[in-house]
Formats: sequence, structure tokens, C-alpha cells
Amino acid sequence: MASTHVNPTRMELTRQKKKLATATRGHKLLKDKRDELMRQFLDLVRKNKALREKVEAKIAAANQNFVVARAGMTDEVLNVALMTPKQEVYLETSVKNVMSVDIPQFTYKTRTADANDIYSYGFAFTSSDLDDAVKSLADTLPDLLELAECEKSCQLMAAEIEKTRRRVNALEHVMIPQTQANIKYITMKLDENERSTQIRLMKVKDMMLEDAHHYKERAEERAKSC
Amino acid sequence: MYKIAVLGDRDSIYGFAAVGLSTFPTVDPEEAGKLLRKLAESNYAVIYITEALAEQLKPEIEHYQEQRLPAIIPIPGVSGNTGMGIAAVRKYVEQAVGSDIIFGGN
Repeated sequence: MASTHVNPTRMELTRQKKKLATATRGHKLLKDKRDELMRQFLDLVRKNKALREKVEAKIAAANQNFVVARAGMTDEVLNVALMTPKQEVYLETSVKNVMSVDIPQFTYKTRTADANDIYSYGFAFTSSDLDDAVKSLADTLPDLLELAECEKSCQLMAAEIEKTRRRVNALEHVMIPQTQANIKYITMKLDENERSTQIRLMKVKDMMLEDAHHYKERAEERAKSC
Repeated sequence: MYKIAVLGDRDSIYGFAAVGLSTFPTVDPEEAGKLLRKLAESNYAVIYITEALAEQLKPEIEHYQEQRLPAIIPIPGVSGNTGMGIAAVRKYVEQAVGSDIIFGGN
């Protein structure tokens, strides 16, 4: 299967053997990496699924609350109420390295520390439905951020697993068999060369001995004299 | 210090302003695409985008998929859940494992 041409020399043989050793070692390492990544990914993606279902349900509920709030108030009042938000959310990101994949970690800070101090309006002209709606959305925020972190990690890990799997397969099914075939081809060729040299030498030796001692003529003479 | 953005139609996202996220109301995919690029290049670490809009911005979103930041996360809008978010999670499983083993193929 030596599709690419290799020179049947000892130097090339050493090179191919080194290549095989590296490929085997790399294959083993990458396979371990893939298995571990897969294990972590499956845990993470299960969490992601649960989190997403939870967040989607919460957002749907919050949206319902907002619709109710809108129904009870004029658009202008609502716009004015939410025009200047009191609360602000800042994110700090750090990086966690999971099997050479850099996944982000978010920690968030809010401008007002008190969870009850988020309403950016006086309570006189707005309905209590709006308070409920804002509250329900504010409660969703931690989960929403966790979802962002989890989902991004899943994205990055899925991409990395795909890459690693391809590498493992390429090594296992292409690189390693090809190198083994090359090594076999070179050893065969070298053995063959050695045998042919051996035979040639034996033949030459025979011819030289014949020249020196004339075995054949003597044998004929002996046969005649008998 | 990073911030969080929310992209989508106004009715779906105006509530997020109250809890301290930056909202960018838009329904035009082209404008949203430009906005998304601008936000991704400035210091927004997380961009929530309504599913309806995310559907129309797939190429742009995929462009940021392999980067560590920003995380672009689809969320259901006021018009209801299209199931796109869960479908995306399923896609990651398929990409990584080769077949969908978490959702039981339904």
C-alpha cells in the first residue's frame, strides 16, 4: 500500500520508524484527550439542556407578565418608566482550561447591590404588574448568565471534539497504516538487496577459486585416469 | 469590564433594560447584522438575541461560534418559543458525538 514513493534506504527506514513511534504516541494521547473531552462535554450538555429549558420557561413567564403590565398602562408611561435603567450589570470573564479548550467563566456584578433596588421608576404611576414583570426577569438573570457560560462552553468543546476526533481517525486509519506499510516495504527491499549481494559474492568467490585452483579440470583428469 | 447586550424586536426585549442589560431594538436583519458585528468587536461578552432574529442571522452567528467571546445565545421572544435554542444544543451534540444521544432523537 506504499502509495507514496519512499527510498529503500536505511536512513529512510530510521526516519519512518521514528515517524511511526511519534504517530502511535500521538494517537494514544489524542484518543485519551477525546475520551475525556467527551465525558466532560456530555455532563455539560446535559446541564445545558436542563438550564435552557428552565430559562426558556422563565422568560416565557416574564414575557407574559410584561404583556399584562403593558395592557394596564399606556405606552408612554411604560416607556418613561423604563427609560433610565437604574440597574447595570457588569461581567468579569476569566478563562478555564478544560483539556486545552479555553472556556469562559462569567462572574457578574450589579451596580446596585440590593435586589429590591432595581425599579427605575416611582411606584405612583405604574401598575404593580410591571413590578412583578421586572422582578420575574431580574430573577431569571443569574440563570441566563449561567446558560450563556454553559452554552458557549458546549459550542467550543463540540468544535474541539470534532477536531480531535478527526485527528485520531486520520492517525489511526491513514498515518499509522501507511507508515507501517512503508517500513515493511523498506525492510523487504533491504533484505532482498542483502540476499542478492550475498549470492553475488558467493558466485564471485566460486569463480575466483576456480581461476586459482582449476577444480573442474582436475576433476575431469581424475575421472579420465580412473 | 464587559457588558451584556440584548438584540431583538422591541416588545421582546424592553424588559431587559430594566434589569440592567443594554438593549438594541431592531427587526431588520441587515441592521441587526451590522449591530451584531459592532457589539462583538466592542466589549460585550454575552449577546442575547431573540430566536426570530437569530434565525435570519445564522451566518453572522456561526462566524462567532469558534471564538471564545462573545457568547451569542438565542432566547425566546414575545411571540413564543420556536425551539431553535434547544435545536442548537442538539446540533452541538451531533457535532461532537456524531449522533444525537441526549435528546433521544425526537
